[in-house]
Amino acid sequence: MSIIRGRKLSYEYQRLDEEGNPESTIRAVDGVDLDVQEGDFVAILGHNGSGKSTLAKHINAILVPTEGTLYVDGKDTRDESQIWEIRQTAGMVFQNPDNQIIGTIVDEDVGFGPENMGMPSEAIWKRVEESLKAVGMWEYRAHSPNKLSGGQKQRVAIAGVVAMRPKCIVLDEPTAMLDPNGRKEVVRTVQELNRKEHVTVLLITHYMEEVIEADKVIVMDQGKVVMQGTPKEIFSHVEELKARRLDVPQATLVAYELQKKGLPLPDGILSMAELADELEKLRGQRG
Amino acid sequence: MSIKIEHLNYVYSEGTAFEKHALRDVNLELPDGQFIGVIGHTGSGKSTLIQHLNGLLKGTSGAVYYNGRNIYEEGYNKKELRSKVGLVFQYPEYQLFEVDVFSDVCYGPKNLGLPADVTEARAREALRLVGLKEKHWKKSPFELSGGQKRRAAIAGILAMEPDVLVLDEPTAGLDPKGRDDILDQIQRLHDERHITVILVSHSMEDIARYVERIIVMNRGQVMFDDTPREVFDHYRELEQIGLAAPQVTYLMHDLAARGWQADVDATTVEEAAASILKCLGR
Ligand SMILES: Nc1ncnc2c1ncn2[C@@H]1O[C@H](COP(=O)(O)OP(=O)(O)OP(=O)(O)O)[C@@H](O)[C@H]1O
Ligand SMILES: Nc1ncnc2c1ncn2[C@@H]1O[C@H](COP(=O)(O)OP(=O)(O)OP(=O)(O)O)[C@@H](O)[C@H]1O
Ligand SMILES: [Mg+2]
Ligand SMILES: [Mg+2]
Repeated sequence: MSIIRGRKLSYEYQRLDEEGNPESTIRAVDGVDLDVQEGDFVAILGHNGSGKSTLAKHINAILVPTEGTLYVDGKDTRDESQIWEIRQTAGMVFQNPDNQIIGTIVDEDVGFGPENMGMPSEAIWKRVEESLKAVGMWEYRAHSPNKLSGGQKQRVAIAGVVAMRPKCIVLDEPTAMLDPNGRKEVVRTVQELNRKEHVTVLLITHYMEEVIEADKVIVMDQGKVVMQGTPKEIFSHVEELKARRLDVPQATLVAYELQKKGLPLPDGILSMAELADELEKLRGQRG
Repeated sequence: MSIKIEHLNYVYSEGTAFEKHALRDVNLELPDGQFIGVIGHTGSGKSTLIQHLNGLLKGTSGAVYYNGRNIYEEGYNKKELRSKVGLVFQYPEYQLFEVDVFSDVCYGPKNLGLPADVTEARAREALRLVGLKEKHWKKSPFELSGGQKRRAAIAGILAMEPDVLVLDEPTAGLDPKGRDDILDQIQRLHDERHITVILVSHSMEDIARYVERIIVMNRGQVMFDDTPREVFDHYRELEQIGLAAPQVTYLMHDLAARGWQADVDATTVEEAAASILKCLGR
């Protein structure tokens, strides 16, 4: 069953003039049909301003469609009486963890969400422990969040969402400000949650490498979903992606350059290891 | 003509429980016209360091010279320094505060005392350069997407036409085409106007592609300061401090380990492809 199901979902931002009357509208999301299966890892790519964040904000009902519908775990996001439940089903992690971390000590911060859900304190601490362990930050539980590195802060922010045990987590460019190690840490953390805890993941990113292991990739362009498929399928379309202001993983790019020079490499190579293996085969053939 | 940093130390919240020694005895010379990359793990002191270049932060000890003069001297014209050394912040939100994008980009040149027509011409040029379409110019910065905000913040500094352009992770949040376009434009400015460019980045691929010199920060100290090839030769040490070599470098090492005569110093896609073709006798 689809945990997220959007039909002809559109969203228009209203611009108001000085008197507060509607002046113009911007159609940020335009007729999107979206189906995400429970337990899937879905990546969303798209140029700046293509509507990714606007779409993401619909999933935990920060925004509701101006046209069309969105159902999260069977609940209509337009139904205000369901908002509480929807927000417990779908948690959001933003690009900048500073906007998300409120506690002065790591474990307090992570406990904030469950506490707000009215859980008894013993159960809260159990969840805090589980969530911090899940992101590998348990040993930092007594630290002050503002003393942590960017990658560590981001993992605490993820733990804060995990502690609410959502079935689905939406991450909007969670690695944009991280160093290579921090980026790997966060992606690994999210992949583990997906594999071990079967959390449904929607990851928005401009880093093509982070998408390689997704079950499905969705490409947005000017508010519309224009491509959908497995990473292998999507990254076989190098020219189309470039025309949409996107890119392919570095290994795919090297393979593509070599293909252009006449090397008979297969399409859809995603990793350096795969590329090295294919090159070895070629060398063997030449003997 | 250059920037010179001598024995620079910086301590945040000195004497409190939150004291943090963010820069330790940093010595650097940044001659005019170089294209320099600064890399380092999160919290290594990159942003702290570059905020010293235009006098936004004042060293706890040590000195910074701009064109031979110590900027910490009494009576030094800080305002002029800030117009010559343009700094684009890591978070564009810190920089955007006017009612609309166009006024925001005009703010810098207007503050330099330039007439309105020159100010506006510069703003238009800068906005085109960063690829922000005219339909966004009258929007409030709050109505922009993440990448659009980033572009507006870069345009605001370009409009001041600084001699030294310092960019703190300018491509974070940009789509891949936007990233390449903006870095290409900056390289063009560097080549045509001979300005100094200092680029802080977490993308080893971007750094390898554009800069001629890399400064590696580690826990507040300069760890390496050399050409990209030399620096990325130390990729194992870089990994130890949370960094990496550009991805193609790993491919070349992998091939070399399998007995190929691959160029393990290759750091860009073009260099890697050329070396592979050569190995295959193409
Ligand atoms: N609060 C707002 N008010 C008005 N327009 C907005 C608002 N937020 C976004 N927009 C506009 O809606 C469109 C889609 O923006 P959105 O933030 O969803 O893009 P995005 O795909 O997340 O882009 P990015 O990669 O830059 O983060 C853009 O043209 C943007 O200018
Ligand atoms: N206002 C502040 N008060 C106290 N400590 C600070 C402050 N700003 C930064 N620091 C600390 O100083 C050190 C250097 O920070 P800086 O922002 O220069 O790092 P950076 O290399 O730019 O990191 P990043 O890649 O995450 O942007 C870090 O340990 C940081 O926690
Ligand atoms: Mg966005
Ligand atoms: Mg920084």
